[in-house]
Amino acid sequence: MAFFIFRRVANFITTIFVVSIIVFAAMNVLPGDPALTILGLDATEDALESLREKLGLNEPLVKRYLFWVGNALRGNFGVSHSFSVPVSELIIERLPLTVSLAISGMICTIILAFFLGVVAAANHTRSGDWGVMIISQLGIAVPAFWLSILLVLLFAVKLRWLPPGGFPGWESPAEAIRSLIMPTLALTLVQSAVLARVTRSSMLEIMRQDYIRTARASGFNSRRILWLHTLPNALIPIVTIIGMQFAALVTGTIVIENVFYLPGLGKLIFQSISNRDLPTVQALVMLFAAIVIIANFIVDIAYSFIDPRLKERT
Amino acid sequence: MLKILHKSIRLCVIASLALAISLSQLSASSKIAIGMQQEPTSLDPTADATASIDGMLSHNVYESLTTVNESGEVLPALATDWQVSADGLEYTFNLRQNVKFHDGSAFDSEDVLFSFQRAMAEDSVNPTKKIFKPIENVFAPSSHSVVIKLKKKDAFFLFNMAKGDASIVALESSTSNNEKPVGTGPFIFEDWKRGDRLILAKNAEWYDAQSVSLEKVEFRFISDAAAATAAMLAEELDAFPGFPAPELLEQFEADPRFKVTIGSTEGEVILAFNNKKPPFDNLNVRRALSHAINRDEIIDGAMYGRAVPIGSFYPPHGAAYVDLTDVYKYDLEKSKELLKTSDLEIDELSLRVPPFPYATRSAEIVQAQFSKVGIDVKVENVEWGFWIDEVYKKKNYDMTIIAHTSPNDLGNFARGPKYFYGFDDEAYNDLYAKIVGETDPEKRRELIEQAQRYLTDKAVHGFLFQLPKLGIFKNGIDGFWKSAPVLYQPLRGISIN
Repeated sequence: MAFFIFRRVANFITTIFVVSIIVFAAMNVLPGDPALTILGLDATEDALESLREKLGLNEPLVKRYLFWVGNALRGNFGVSHSFSVPVSELIIERLPLTVSLAISGMICTIILAFFLGVVAAANHTRSGDWGVMIISQLGIAVPAFWLSILLVLLFAVKLRWLPPGGFPGWESPAEAIRSLIMPTLALTLVQSAVLARVTRSSMLEIMRQDYIRTARASGFNSRRILWLHTLPNALIPIVTIIGMQFAALVTGTIVIENVFYLPGLGKLIFQSISNRDLPTVQALVMLFAAIVIIANFIVDIAYSFIDPRLKERT
Repeated sequence: MLKILHKSIRLCVIASLALAISLSQLSASSKIAIGMQQEPTSLDPTADATASIDGMLSHNVYESLTTVNESGEVLPALATDWQVSADGLEYTFNLRQNVKFHDGSAFDSEDVLFSFQRAMAEDSVNPTKKIFKPIENVFAPSSHSVVIKLKKKDAFFLFNMAKGDASIVALESSTSNNEKPVGTGPFIFEDWKRGDRLILAKNAEWYDAQSVSLEKVEFRFISDAAAATAAMLAEELDAFPGFPAPELLEQFEADPRFKVTIGSTEGEVILAFNNKKPPFDNLNVRRALSHAINRDEIIDGAMYGRAVPIGSFYPPHGAAYVDLTDVYKYDLEKSKELLKTSDLEIDELSLRVPPFPYATRSAEIVQAQFSKVGIDVKVENVEWGFWIDEVYKKKNYDMTIIAHTSPNDLGNFARGPKYFYGFDDEAYNDLYAKIVGETDPEKRRELIEQAQRYLTDKAVHGFLFQLPKLGIFKNGIDGFWKSAPVLYQPLRGISIN
């Protein structure tokens, strides 16, 4: 286990390092002058030059990279070019919203997908199965932003049950939760479609196994067989997909936060790229990469809990 | 006795209830939620060009020496009046007295000196530093007057001094204005939830506070047009003064809850030709292409009919406007003929367009129109950062579509070969210098008219239409400007009935 964790950490560091080089190079190769983006088209050449100097854009690329890495290792991600405040401050401000959205989206996705997947598997080749398959096919085909707009038109404009967007902050928890319902729903409906299909096929695979037949022959009730004997054994592929979906959920917030005008990390990264705000983009991409790697790490750990045989092998 | 006590208690309860209701009505009716498409990255208009900073804060939180009304006329602000010397080079401003910054510090000529020196300094990052270029020096004869000496006459000087870039800031707060703006204006900055909203509250100590009816103003940032529509329809917002999508206006016009206004901005939308680069260095080619443009079709297709065509580079609502839309009538035969006389082989032209709906939609129509005179146009939709770098800075383009939103920007054509137009014309430079130096309004108007004619004659660009200002308001909300002569919108004239 110790070796397993060591290998994972080494992996993590290497990936983050590679990502840092790619992000830095990409943002600097991309055409676009941060000073001109901030000062606009009427700026004089000397004002632009002063700003470039102030932002440290005149230093050679390698020096800037090393300086940035050195600071980042000490927890200093620099100052945002466009907001002129420390990047860490921007991230801390917006992280809670995106994390709440991704986690609530994940939980709802799992609940809905398990339910649909198990119902479909239990009713294999019957109408329940067909129903779930059709709904999930729709869910996969419908783009999240379009679904979001439909939700807004129904629940905010027509019925007036929920606000059309925005986030009042956690100071008013009831309002905050109300404003996250639709974004969560939009994320959930699309993501759970994929997961429900995986759950269904994995369940069907297990249901064909001998021990399930034995259990059935021994007279266990079918609901117990389904939830206690089949589902736990079908989890390995499901958990793999959940790990990948968590990454998709985090990046999916970019679209959702723009449609529901939520001040989260997704909206920040979108804005920072168009503003050529190099320090903010760099820090955010690193953060997203770290989240994805950590999610995969948790999935790996989860495997050994689901199937103790894997623990011995590692 | 008990009865009297009961009665008086009941009376008290009723009276306080009535008071509470009237108070709540007051606070409800004087609070407004305004939608903004563009989100600011900083709150300091003297260091960042983002138009929404001016849109929300200039002349609301910050004030300048002068201000401008809806028709573009210059009015007093922090300067109550001014005298101009006979040679037009020396401006003496008398400053308003007993004015306080929102942090409680007093405003006087020192603050004006500081603000100008900061903007003019060598390391200044003021986004329109050029408006300070004509200034030779600034000094303060007393605590309530300031003298500004110019190097040469500048007809736009007083107008430029009203801009957000010329806001008067205090030394103590100048470095924190990007997050916590401190000015002297009728509204005090209260809170900014980055990415979500910005809140202002009425400044009860402002010199004309009784004329301000709004108690609280909340700006909400919604960039997506569909989301903006939903927010208006759900009545989350009271006003969206710069609504981004002309195609969505109809449903608001049909809805009795809303009022829609269609005004004009200072933004001339042009099909810019890279005048330096063949074939655009050939006047006949530029004229031929101008004849191939069908403005009405572009306005219908790209703006859903909600824009006014232009024939030169001047807003139709301006006093000196000349209608030159007939000079290059839509005429395919004439266009083909001119192309033939130019005797050039034009295979394919690139049209690099920034990510603004007015530009991307117009581009497709221009592409179809030019194909009718046998010119293939390759439309490249590029991202804003790319546009700034490749088109604006490196001039690596054939054609582009862009709106120039600054007021009085005829000077763009006098910026010489370094500017992305690639237009370098001695005669025009002289003409523009005359406009800047002419302080007599009537004579200046004639010169501006002459400039418009000149630019049209040279067919410097394809002049398309004036960018409209589309406003959607809940019924009962009054005082928003229909047109936008400047980037800001004073909130003090707005009321809710």
